[in-house]
Amino acid sequence: MDRQRSWWQTYKYLLLRRISQIGILLLFLLSPWIAQQTGVWVMKGNLASSLTLGMLPLTDPYVLMQSILAGQWPVSTAFIGAAIVLVFYLLVGGRVYCSWACPINMVTDAAAWLRTRLNIKGGAHLGRETRYWILGFTLLLALLTGTIAWELVNPVSMVFRGLVFGIGLGWGVILAVFLLDLLVRRHAWCGSLCPVGAFYSLLGEGSLLRVSAYQRAQCDDCMDCFKVCPEPQVIKLPLKGETKGVGPVITSGQCTNCGRCIDVCAKDVFRFDVRMHNATHNVLAKEVKEVVS
Amino acid sequence: MDTARRQFLLSTLKTASAVGLGALVLGLYSRQSRALPAPALRPPGALAEDDFLGACVRCGLCVRDCPYDTLKLAKVGEAVALGTPYFTARDIPCEMCEDIPCVKACPTGALDHNLTDINQSRMGLAVVIDQEGCIAFQGLRCEVCYNVCPVRSKAITLEKQHNERTGKHAFFIPVVHSSDCTGCGKCEEACIVDGEAAIKVVPLTLAKAGGSAHYRFGWKEKAREGKSLVAPDTEHQYNLPEGMRYDYEGKGLIIDPQPQEGLPVGDVPADALESLNRKGAP
Repeated sequence: MDRQRSWWQTYKYLLLRRISQIGILLLFLLSPWIAQQTGVWVMKGNLASSLTLGMLPLTDPYVLMQSILAGQWPVSTAFIGAAIVLVFYLLVGGRVYCSWACPINMVTDAAAWLRTRLNIKGGAHLGRETRYWILGFTLLLALLTGTIAWELVNPVSMVFRGLVFGIGLGWGVILAVFLLDLLVRRHAWCGSLCPVGAFYSLLGEGSLLRVSAYQRAQCDDCMDCFKVCPEPQVIKLPLKGETKGVGPVITSGQCTNCGRCIDVCAKDVFRFDVRMHNATHNVLAKEVKEVVS
Repeated sequence: MDTARRQFLLSTLKTASAVGLGALVLGLYSRQSRALPAPALRPPGALAEDDFLGACVRCGLCVRDCPYDTLKLAKVGEAVALGTPYFTARDIPCEMCEDIPCVKACPTGALDHNLTDINQSRMGLAVVIDQEGCIAFQGLRCEVCYNVCPVRSKAITLEKQHNERTGKHAFFIPVVHSSDCTGCGKCEEACIVDGEAAIKVVPLTLAKAGGSAHYRFGWKEKAREGKSLVAPDTEHQYNLPEGMRYDYEGKGLIIDPQPQEGLPVGDVPADALESLNRKGAP
C-alpha cells in the first residue's frame, strides 16, 4: 500500500540542492556588498580558489593539478585549500560538487526537464567514458603547453566566474550547453563530456557518503528513479543486483549524490548512507520477502 | 566475442580520436592566447606571461583585494586569456599600494610573493610613444606625467633642450628610465591629450631593445678600466697651419694674432692717420 508522499518529500533534495547552488553563488555575489557594509568578507574569489571569512582557503584540486602539470609549483595556500576540498568531497561524495555547487547543473537540469516536456528523442551518441578521455587530454595539454589550457574554454568556471565577476559573451556558452543537452543528448554535458565532473567522479569512487537502495526489496519497478537520474547506469546493479551478490550502496563515483531518486521513489527504497553499509543481504529485505511469499 | 572486442576497440578509438582532435584545437588556441595584448597589463609581481598562464587559476582574489578596482578578470570574447587578471592603465592605473594586497591575496604565487617592495615591481615600461602628440615636444609646459609619477623624478625626468623655433625657450622633454619605472600607468592615465595617451605603459618585452653587446662605449669602458682601451691614450692632434688651433669650448677654430714685420706690436693706434702713413702699408 503506497502511503501518500508529501510535496516536501517529493522535492526535498531538489530544493535543498537549488538552495545550495544558488546560495553559494549569492554568497560570492553579495560578499563585496556585505564587505562594504560590515567590513567582513564572507566569501571571496570563485570556485577555482576562494577565501571564506578571511581565513578558510579553498582551492579546486583539479585546476591545481593542471597548474602543477604545467610546471608551476604553487605556494602553500593553494595546497591547503585543495587538501580541505579533497577531504570534504571524500566525505560527502565527489560529484556533490556537480549537483550541489556547480552552476552549470541548473542549466543542464533545465535542459533535461524541457527535453522531457517537449518529448525530444534521439540525437548523437556520446559515450559516458568520453569525459575521462577529455579529463586525460586536459591534463596532457597542461603538461605540453605549460599553461592551464582547459581554463580557456571550461564552461563550469567560465559561468561561475562570469556571474560573480562579469560574464561578457559567456551567456553564449551557457546557451550552447543548454542547447547541447536539449537537442543533442540528455545530460550530454554533465554525463558524457565534462572533465570537471569526471575528476570529481574519481574522488567519488572512494567517498564516504553514498546513496543506498537499502529497501530495494520494496522496489516495484516503476522506473521513476531511472527516469529522473542523470546517471541511471549507476542505479541498476545496487537496486537489482541482489541475486548477483551486489550490495545496495551505489558505489559508482559517477553518482552525483543529488538525491533525486530518494525524492521520487514512492516506495522509499533509497536513502543516504555510508559506503560501509553494503552488506548483500539486509534483514528488512528478507523479512519483506518472507511476508510476500 | 571477437566482434564485441573489435566493437569496443573501435568505439574507444573513435572517442579517443574525437577528443584528441578537440585537444589539438584547444592546444593551438592556447598558444595563440599567450599573446597578451599590449594595452593589458598584469598585476604587480606577475610571473612572465608563459609561466603566469600556468600558475594563475583565475580565482579573482587579487581583483577582490585591489582597493582601487584597478584589476579585472578577462571575460569571454576579450583578447586577454580567459579569466586572468589585468588592468588598463588609461582607465584605472595601479596605485602602487605599499602593502601590495593583490600579491598577498594570490593563492598560487602567479603573483610572486617575493615581491615585497612595490617600487621593484615591473608591470611594464612607460614610453613616450607619440612624440608628435606630446605637447612638451611642441615646447609647451605640461609635465603632468612627471608630476603624477609615484617614483617622482626618478622614473621620469625632464630633460631641457633648446627650442630652435623661438630661439630663446626650452623644451622640457619627459624621459622615462627603466631603472625606476614600475609600469604602474599613472602617467598614461593622467596624460592630458585627448583619447589615446602620448605616454603609454608597454610590456617590458616590447619596450626594451635587445641590447647592443656588439658595441663598446669608449667612455664607459674607460671609466670601468680606469684608462683608455686604445693605447696609448694621447691627446688628439689637429693638423692645422701654424698660428691656428682648435678648441671646442673656445668656440672652435682660433687664429692667433701674429706679429708682422714693421708692424707695431699691440693694439691698433688711436690715431688712424698714423696707420695709413705707416711704412709697408698696402
